[in-house]
Amino acid sequence: MKYIAPVLLTLQLLSSAANARLNVVATTPDIASIARAIGDDKIELTTLAKPTEDPHFVDAKPSFIVKLNHADVLMEGGAGLEAGWLPALLDQSRNEKLASGAPGRIACSQGVRLLEVPASLDRAQGDIHSAGNPHYLADPVNAKVVAQHIAESLCLLDPKSAATFQGNLSQFNTEIDNKLAGWKKTLAPFQGRELAAYHNSWLYFGECFELKIDLFLEPKPGIPPTPAHLGQIIKKMKAMHVNTVIVDPYLNRKTAETVARNTGATVVDVTQFPGGVKGTEGGYIQMMNQTVNLLAESLIKKN
Amino acid sequence: MKLKLILGLSSALSLIGTPIQAEETNEVAQLKQMLLQMQEKFEQNQSEQRQQLESLRRELAALQSNQVTNDNPVTGASSNTAAQLEPSPPSSRTLLPATNSLSAPLTLVRSDSAYMNISFDVLIAAGGSTAADPAGQLELGDHDPSNNGFSLRNAEIAIDGAVDPYFKGYGNIVYKLDQNNETGAELEEAYLVSTALPDNLQLKAGQFFAAFGRQNSQHPHQWSFVDQPIILNRTLGPDGLRNVGAQLSWLAPTPFYTEAYLGVFNGQGGTAFSFRNEGKDVDGVPRVHGRETLDRTLRGPGDLLMAPRITSSFELTDEQTLVAGASAAFGPNDTGTGKRTEIYGVDLYWKWKPANANAGFPFVSWQTEANYQRFQAAANLTNAPAGYASLPAETLEDWGIYSQVLWGFRERWTAGLRGEYANGNKGSYDPSDIYRNERTRLSPMLAFFPSEFSKVRLQCNYDHGTLFGNQFSVWLQLEFMLGAHGAHKF
Repeated sequence: MKYIAPVLLTLQLLSSAANARLNVVATTPDIASIARAIGDDKIELTTLAKPTEDPHFVDAKPSFIVKLNHADVLMEGGAGLEAGWLPALLDQSRNEKLASGAPGRIACSQGVRLLEVPASLDRAQGDIHSAGNPHYLADPVNAKVVAQHIAESLCLLDPKSAATFQGNLSQFNTEIDNKLAGWKKTLAPFQGRELAAYHNSWLYFGECFELKIDLFLEPKPGIPPTPAHLGQIIKKMKAMHVNTVIVDPYLNRKTAETVARNTGATVVDVTQFPGGVKGTEGGYIQMMNQTVNLLAESLIKKN
Repeated sequence: MKLKLILGLSSALSLIGTPIQAEETNEVAQLKQMLLQMQEKFEQNQSEQRQQLESLRRELAALQSNQVTNDNPVTGASSNTAAQLEPSPPSSRTLLPATNSLSAPLTLVRSDSAYMNISFDVLIAAGGSTAADPAGQLELGDHDPSNNGFSLRNAEIAIDGAVDPYFKGYGNIVYKLDQNNETGAELEEAYLVSTALPDNLQLKAGQFFAAFGRQNSQHPHQWSFVDQPIILNRTLGPDGLRNVGAQLSWLAPTPFYTEAYLGVFNGQGGTAFSFRNEGKDVDGVPRVHGRETLDRTLRGPGDLLMAPRITSSFELTDEQTLVAGASAAFGPNDTGTGKRTEIYGVDLYWKWKPANANAGFPFVSWQTEANYQRFQAAANLTNAPAGYASLPAETLEDWGIYSQVLWGFRERWTAGLRGEYANGNKGSYDPSDIYRNERTRLSPMLAFFPSEFSKVRLQCNYDHGTLFGNQFSVWLQLEFMLGAHGAHKF
């Protein structure tokens, strides 16, 4: 009995090796973009969440069960980001290749230094992420860590294409390094400046470019803005001369507009998922590029 | 390692110290040069590493002091002006582990890193009805509000976790308080599910809800309304159709989701309501639909309850999903030898959610279930209930439907409307049978979710039935959930 599982797994691995391409399922479009950069045409890629969708609140639709059932590889953000919907899907997917610890199960948070790991778990503080802030791909340096992890895992699963993966990894890393230098230069004049956001999902971006993105329209994580709290934010923004409010596509833009109106700030549409905002469909690097440029354009304005 | 190299080199030097003076001088000088260079490099590496360590230490110290001065865990604002404008709650962002104290409670369970999820979910109801005893004829579900005033009919401990690489385990223990504040406890579910069977199969075994329709396998805190639909109550029973058994399910190789189930259960007891259920009549005598029941044990495989189901899901558009299913349940009932019950059901669920929904809002969903039951009731010639000389053998047919629309019109708010109709063919015991006769109900509902872990729901019931005429009830429901609870199925 105990030999059946490994034998079956081997048979499954052999059969998947016989097929030309690895079937990769990524939970969110940012991971998918990096997977495509590394895997190129050696992988079939499917993404579960839409780029305009809130990654915490994706519906665990039955069609995702089929996608996971057919997958050779699952790439997830990890750090509890998909805890509200992915486990239920995996329970029904009947795919041993995606079992916890299997080579096909890639938690992209592995190897990433997570920030804001709470010392105590208390829902009175709102719905905080217990493993730390999971929006780590907002920092391009972490994109390299994730790319490396993805490349290593893909090499294990498809050794014949290892050279391609390695080559793509170097290319990706080099491009990030070059672009990052440019982006840091673009945002260098604004180091230490304060920005307002809806939800605390831009921490890593702020850390990378030395911007303070820690004024939030939501009073606590997961709690919608209240008029009283917005009043306080507006006061703070005026006191600190904050002229930029960033908002993701799945958040209430009207609230951001109200705050902007009352403070003379500009609302900037940003996204952490390629395709979430017009001009970012090209992939992770194009998305970062646009975000950096839009922020620079906004920060330079006078109130 | 460098030391070894140096030692090796020194011994090498001593070995080659013997040849001709001139060559020796050259070689010795060269080797001495190499040694010096290596020593320099070694020391350089050491100092570089020392510098790295220092900078990391400085970074850590800076971060730690930063955390301590941060007053507000949400905004993390560190400027003085910000701190003055807002009173600050205690920080929860320290990197140092919290020491145990009365003000910092022990973390018993931590999600993402525990062997099992454990949660505690409580439903509290308050309200009233024009009916003097709502639980008598209107609210017949076991977890429905049970009386005018306050009631608590569902305090559920839900446990789930990975048993090992082959199985996942689930448990559901439900406590409820009756009108006299006596606690009833139910082992509602306790089962394991396989995770590693071949051929897209999955096995479930233990005590669990049969996969019949959509709502039967959901726990009350998942329901969109305060009470159980009439037709589900009449066919699947006040407790839902659940029993000890096993279920094999198969994910079919269709491009869209299709799953087929076959459940096999003992089919005995109140939770197998229309099957081998002893029942209890108003006068405390074991009867079902007025027929005296023979509480017999399992005589063979033919006495088991079989529950097949097939369901498919389609993505109509990028934002609309449809789930359709058909279910059945077959088994003997206890009213007489050879008497059997058949239940058939169809279910439909449609949901629309825009691509940029904010925390899942807005959305619209529509759920409909229709059941049909054929119940072979034996004759009751010797011990008919009071007021009846005897009851003949007859096949009781019951049918009914409920349809509910939910509209999440803004973040944290849901409005809903449910309409129900249930009826059946004429039965001899009908005038006294609360589980038969024509009934309709219309229920408008408004719910507010302060967070994902609490809700407040207001529901009005417009009831009409042959046995009780028109009745009106208002129910307020409160829910809270503690702990880590696994995600629900779609």
